[in-house]
Amino acid sequence: MSRWKEKTLAYLEPRFKISAIRDFASKKKVPEHKHSFWYFFGGICLFLFVIQVLTGILLLLYYTPSVDAAHESVQFIMSQVKFGWLIRSVHSWTANILIGVIFVHMFSAFFLKAYRPPRELTWITGFLLLLIFLAFGFSGYLLPWNELSFFATRVGTDIAGVIPLVGKAVKTFMLGGPEVSGATLTRFFWLHVAVLPAFALGIVGIHILLVQTLGMSKPIGIGETKEISFFPDFILKDALGWLIILAVVGAVCVFLPWETGPKANPYASTPLGIKPEWYFTFMFTTLKLVPAHIFTIEGEVLAVLGFLLGGLFLMLVPFLDRRAAREKKSPVFTAIGVAVALYIVIMTALTYLAPDIGK
Amino acid sequence: MPLKLSWRVAWHRSHLVLIGFGLMLAPLSLGAQKNSCRECHLELDEALKAPVEGLAVDVHQQFGLGCQDCHGGNPARDEVELAKDRTFRGSPERAKIPEFCGSCHSDSDYMKRFNPNLRVDQLTLYWTSRHGQALKKGDPNAAVCTDCHGVHGIERANFPKSRVFPWNIPETCGRCHSDPDRMKLYGLPSTPVDDYNQSVHARALFEKKDLSAPVCNDCHGNHGATPPEVASIAFVCRQCHPSAGDLFSKGPHKEAYDSLGISECEACHGNHKILSPSDELLAGGREDVCLQCHDSGTEPHKTGLKIKSLIENYVAATETVEALLLRAERKGVDVAEAKYKLQDATTALVLARNLTHGLSQAEIETALGEGEKVLAELKASGEAALREARFRRSGLVIATLFIVLLAIALYLKVRDLGKRGRPSE
Repeated sequence: MSRWKEKTLAYLEPRFKISAIRDFASKKKVPEHKHSFWYFFGGICLFLFVIQVLTGILLLLYYTPSVDAAHESVQFIMSQVKFGWLIRSVHSWTANILIGVIFVHMFSAFFLKAYRPPRELTWITGFLLLLIFLAFGFSGYLLPWNELSFFATRVGTDIAGVIPLVGKAVKTFMLGGPEVSGATLTRFFWLHVAVLPAFALGIVGIHILLVQTLGMSKPIGIGETKEISFFPDFILKDALGWLIILAVVGAVCVFLPWETGPKANPYASTPLGIKPEWYFTFMFTTLKLVPAHIFTIEGEVLAVLGFLLGGLFLMLVPFLDRRAAREKKSPVFTAIGVAVALYIVIMTALTYLAPDIGK
Repeated sequence: MPLKLSWRVAWHRSHLVLIGFGLMLAPLSLGAQKNSCRECHLELDEALKAPVEGLAVDVHQQFGLGCQDCHGGNPARDEVELAKDRTFRGSPERAKIPEFCGSCHSDSDYMKRFNPNLRVDQLTLYWTSRHGQALKKGDPNAAVCTDCHGVHGIERANFPKSRVFPWNIPETCGRCHSDPDRMKLYGLPSTPVDDYNQSVHARALFEKKDLSAPVCNDCHGNHGATPPEVASIAFVCRQCHPSAGDLFSKGPHKEAYDSLGISECEACHGNHKILSPSDELLAGGREDVCLQCHDSGTEPHKTGLKIKSLIENYVAATETVEALLLRAERKGVDVAEAKYKLQDATTALVLARNLTHGLSQAEIETALGEGEKVLAELKASGEAALREARFRRSGLVIATLFIVLLAIALYLKVRDLGKRGRPSE
């Protein structure tokens, strides 16, 4: 070890207890079995989150959150700022990939029953992170103030307005008034760069802390297995995934840079075929398909209630799946998971393959 | 014990009941106005029933006018003889229809009770029109008010189903003017409406639903309908195309056209079938209109050729820049700003094309010169955008190469760690 390194470590040791961290890291193990591939998705989520933070900070240098300047500033970033096109495209593409990977990570954890005690809080924080990143996506989509995002936000907030009892209040709070306007843009910006990042950083921190202290969950029925060290074996393998993602994102950004689109015109009529971002489309298509009334209750209200209850069920699944908690297989919950995943995939596919459905 | 009343008392009491009942119904009978015209005509054959049915949407009825206000008579009476009293005027003879309608429509005091904005000079104008003059001469076919407005069921002119609403006017005029037999009597062509329907004006009206697009009456007038004379055609066109008109007036053609008695705009653009103007109308084009007066090889025709060549070169330069920007856009570079600025170059072309009405080569060169400056800037932007696209692709190749190398190194390291067998295993 070189002399300067020794000196640095000697300085840091009494202050940061470096040896304790190194000791913890060297002892940390990751089980290796036929399902351990799914462990890597958590690391990929973290990697994409870091990219989001870094590119988001850079975009803040030029982005202006006002009706008069938002679209123009994004246009400026895309055409005039050196590497602005790259930063914005990476931010937008990785945001979408991140939400996709979060879904994969969540369903893999669900099917491996990784929510079993003592990892209930790991599951709940993960579920909260899914909600936070969906909110990130929803709020960020409006910020370029283009035609599509403007009308998609109108559709999205209309859906929120259907929630029984609190819907109207929630919608007004989100919009900052009765309609999508400059006040909405300010609120979404506030949400996107201040509120959500604060919650995301806190909950990501807790989630990682829980993963590190409790370790990776082994699926039910997998007994004693080979283990590899977290540092460096697992991290290096994870980094290989990060590099692949990085190469794919780079290529996509060069060949398909994220579009700016025409500036929003609140007085224009809603363009045909308007739909929200892909990760909300399963709800959007459901609302289109649901009958106007089901047993005298409005179909839309019932569907939104269904989504809320479904979300609640998903969040509380560690406490509901008692068989898994006793380390026993729980095929009912596996079947529910398969049904939910199929439902999301089919509804999303229908949005794009049969856009006129339910009209 | 049964109540016993004398027949006399009962008789009186029954009268009182009847009188009371009658008093109760009296307001109802006063509110509903009797209209024996309607009642009888609805029971007659189709031809005589039609006026009543048509009246349902009639503007006169909407203003509270009834049959008697035009035809006289007393609709309160049931008997035909009594209903058709001394005031009954019946249907006017065809030749008397203008005066019949004009008796109200030319009376400003009467008309302002219903619509103070409505003009009251229709009849005066009508007598100045070709239709009115023909009627005066005793022509039984001359168009009168009802030929254009209908008889019963006359709708407001600004109601889209009205016969005189802009997009219905060509059909209304065409009822007579597209009838070859009828037009033959006057030595007029029966093609104006068909021609109009192919024109750029009809396209604006029917396809774009642009109600400001001219229809028959915008050039010929409506109540005072008359064909514009050679001298007045240019003023008709200038109502909407003042800039082209001003340029023409300043140009060398004005004096020549006036002295030769050639109509201005119509000479090159035609009248009813005015097609979308194109550069092909210019000298040397497929529809070279200059050849109508100037032989090929003459000095004026050569000037025309120069002007066409200037415009053609500019169009070609614009298309090159457009293609350049499109290529850059397809390669993923944002060229929205350049595309927006391209509008300035297009504006210069529109200006130059309009300047052809004044035939000043110098002015056309100046206008195109301004556009060429913009095109030069845009060409530079387009080329820079293509360079940027190449830079991005080479950057991607280098970055991907670096990432792949790093990934291979990582893979080898991971494999090595696996082979060596960590103490943790």
